[in-house]
Amino acid sequence: MVPKNIAAIKFEVLSPQEIRRMSVAKITNPETYDDDGFPIDGGLMDLRLGVIDPGLRCRTCGGKTGECPGHFGHIELAAPVIHVGYAKLIARLLNGTCRKCKRILLKNERKEKFIEEIEKRIKMNQSYDDIVKEVFRLTKATKKCPHCGEEQVEIKFEKPTFYYEGEHKLTPKDVRERLEKIPDEDLLAFGLDPKSVRPEWFVLTVLPVPPVTTRPSIILETGQRSEDDLTHKLVDIIRINQRFLENREAGAPQQILEDLWELLQYHVTTYFDNEVSGIPPAKHRSGRPLKTLAQRLKGKEGRFRKSLSGKRVNFSARTVVSPDPCLSINEVGVPVEIAQELTVPIYVTPKNIEMAREFILRREHPSANYVVRPDGKRLKVIDSNRKELAEMIEPGWIVERHLMDGDVVLFNRQPSLHRMSIMAHYVKVLPYKTFRLNPAVCPPYNADFDGDEMNLHIPQSLEAQAEAKILMAVQEHILSPRFGGPIVGGIHDHISGLYLLTHGNKVFSKEEVLQFIRATDVKDVPLKDAYTGKEVFSFILPDITLEFKAEICQGCEKCKKENCEYDAYVIIEKGKLLCGTIDEKAVGAFKGLIIDEIARKYGNSEARRFIDNMTKLAIRVITGLGFTIGIDDVDIPKEAEEQIEDVIKKAERKVDELIRAYKDGNLEPMPGRSLEETLEMSIMRELGKARDQAGKIASRYLGDENSAVIMAVSGARGSMLNVTQMVACIGQQSVRGERIMRGYTYSKRSLPHFKPGDLGPKARGFVRNSYRKGLSPIEFFFHAAGGREGLVDTAVRTSQSGYLQRRMINALQDLKVEYDGTVREQTSGIIVQYKYGEDGVDPMKSYRGKAVDVKRLLREIVGGAQQ
Amino acid sequence: MKVRLQDHILVPKHEILSKDKAEELLKLLGITREQLPKIKTSDPIVKEIGAKPGDIVKITRKSLTAGESLFYRLVVD
Ligand SMILES: [Mg+2]
Ligand SMILES: [Zn+2]
Ligand SMILES: [Zn+2]
Ligand SMILES: [Zn+2]
Repeated sequence: MVPKNIAAIKFEVLSPQEIRRMSVAKITNPETYDDDGFPIDGGLMDLRLGVIDPGLRCRTCGGKTGECPGHFGHIELAAPVIHVGYAKLIARLLNGTCRKCKRILLKNERKEKFIEEIEKRIKMNQSYDDIVKEVFRLTKATKKCPHCGEEQVEIKFEKPTFYYEGEHKLTPKDVRERLEKIPDEDLLAFGLDPKSVRPEWFVLTVLPVPPVTTRPSIILETGQRSEDDLTHKLVDIIRINQRFLENREAGAPQQILEDLWELLQYHVTTYFDNEVSGIPPAKHRSGRPLKTLAQRLKGKEGRFRKSLSGKRVNFSARTVVSPDPCLSINEVGVPVEIAQELTVPIYVTPKNIEMAREFILRREHPSANYVVRPDGKRLKVIDSNRKELAEMIEPGWIVERHLMDGDVVLFNRQPSLHRMSIMAHYVKVLPYKTFRLNPAVCPPYNADFDGDEMNLHIPQSLEAQAEAKILMAVQEHILSPRFGGPIVGGIHDHISGLYLLTHGNKVFSKEEVLQFIRATDVKDVPLKDAYTGKEVFSFILPDITLEFKAEICQGCEKCKKENCEYDAYVIIEKGKLLCGTIDEKAVGAFKGLIIDEIARKYGNSEARRFIDNMTKLAIRVITGLGFTIGIDDVDIPKEAEEQIEDVIKKAERKVDELIRAYKDGNLEPMPGRSLEETLEMSIMRELGKARDQAGKIASRYLGDENSAVIMAVSGARGSMLNVTQMVACIGQQSVRGERIMRGYTYSKRSLPHFKPGDLGPKARGFVRNSYRKGLSPIEFFFHAAGGREGLVDTAVRTSQSGYLQRRMINALQDLKVEYDGTVREQTSGIIVQYKYGEDGVDPMKSYRGKAVDVKRLLREIVGGAQQ
Repeated sequence: MKVRLQDHILVPKHEILSKDKAEELLKLLGITREQLPKIKTSDPIVKEIGAKPGDIVKITRKSLTAGESLFYRLVVD
């Protein structure tokens, strides 16, 4: 077939003539197959409608199953019936036109005005629904025909397909006759184009019968034929239609004919939509409602959302993910079981035919599952035919071999919110049943290992494999286009580990150091008896020169730089860590300045190599030295507890004073605040201060060696607030940023334990205990109230941001940055920006959003020369 | 007193592109006039500079990232 360009698509309503014209067979017989299982002529499986049974040929086009696309037939309805889809519009049209002269219930000038407005909107490509709505509203309100003067009677529409004029019921025939007489000129005002639609077509006299290929019957295991729901419904329609004809011919009483007519209407209505309100849905013998036309399209399981928006693919796998710091960030561990199911095609050539043969002959893991002949026929490789197939293959064949170490695959975690959600990894086939990944790539995927599952896709063509390697490999995404910094980098134990290694002047023995670096690819190490941690870290550093404040920097007023007492000022010179502690700021995902520098100076491969070494080193250090927290890590001495108690008591007393001042009318309101707001804010501030002080006291007694503190200050995990809450005081619980005041609103108290109107800290959700000490029942209740808000927030936020994201993607998907730097819409070529982002900077190649990193440039040019 | 919109700090500089310059721009971008972003004749700034339908207006904006950024719009009814 010659591909043609589609210039436009126009939707129209099928006229009876059109339905007959496109029909290849008039269907009159409710039977489908004869006793021999052969399709009956004039039945719903008529061979002219297409074929589904193998071996038979279509009588219209001569095609076999799979070749013949299927052809429409038609049923001549014995009496007209309303099309449910247009029922509402019919009601509006009946109410909008005169019952006698069938003209629109508008004066000619008004009508012309409306038509003019509609045409203007069409020309501008805008929606004109609101105008049509106004026309329907106006015409319905008109009680006297402006053309013939006839008094109008309102037509009552009763769902789904009934119309009453006063007490008198209109038959579909009456309705059709009225619609027929509406003149073409008036239709335009109702938003209908008479060139493509006539309103009487909304009342069916002929029903199209869809091709059998759209409603194939299935053969059950019992050998019985089971028809599609649509076929069942069409059988009902034909049956009633024939009965109606026979009865009318026989001169049956009017009542019987009317009942049959209504039944026909019921069947046609449910054929279109089996979920319309007002009538019971048509059911199967088993009681299951039938899935008719509308049900095929509608909803989550419908054609749009299930089959068109949601596509399923082959060559993919999904399982739980777990960590493996020994893998490179570029790798992914794939379970053998999965590797044996997924295949990569080998396009057989004279050069690789021997290798292809070997795969076919192998009985275990890197073996072959299928071979494909040049004519496309697929042959399954089984033990009995291995030898035979290995002999048979020739250049031009395809051998589908198992997934092996070194194959490129695409790895994905939903929700795929940015491009780093799908990246290319190199396969490493491993035992067990989970996908394994280096924890340093958790941030781009936003993955953790609490049961997360991820998907794997195998690019099949060589082009796809090359594209994946060049464009999608993890190392190409170390720097994120989101903020122009590394998104792949150390997390959790990587940071704690390097902190332990590099903080202060720790010295490690030769043996220890060997253990630390043996997993890395560091080769030349100067021979010494002992090494400092900083020396060990320098082994994995390439030649870079950097200076920055570490995450643990206390923000002293005047930075003492290399003499910092916290060892928080990092100086790296020519790949040697001279002073400072390596923490989140140096190697962490999002922050990692070292990763940043290496990626910019030496490129992505070197950055990958550094991250691989860094994670391996850090994990070995932390396992070697040991790092843990237990309940005694959050214990503080008695004196500290007393001090904290003191601080909180003082704060409570202050709050009492504030409340007394408020009650006595002595409280001075803050500018722009009411008295109550002032009181609340003062109380919140007082209690917040108390908690901070308690935290200070606690951390003083915990010291810098405490594991929780180390994690918090180095940026590995958690914050000092978390530590404070564990050790000293949990603090004020809040809902919507206010102290908790909900529940017994009429008596102005949060729980019946308190006096009405109690404003004290206890009554409004202040938790004075720590997690270590445990919460009192009342505190526990408030804590649950505050905690729930967080859960609700995240649930609501994700759904809202998901919707926003989808709308944004839809709006932006056709925009592309061209080689000349302009941003253009791809179908019309319309220019959106003359220079991408006004400055033409690729954010991924920017330095944290800035076009140039002046400091770095200066260092490169001037600083380098000085030293 | 007549207020000039252009004097307001939030209104970027608008000017009509000469015939030659306009042709040059279209040739540089390789597009037709219709593919340019539009601005209506009813737009106050268009009235102020007296641009007619078919003219191309050059807009010079202050930009936080690029210092100055150029934009062009086709004047339409
Ligand atoms: Mg998770
Ligand atoms: Zn056919
Ligand atoms: Zn009339
Ligand atoms: Zn310092």
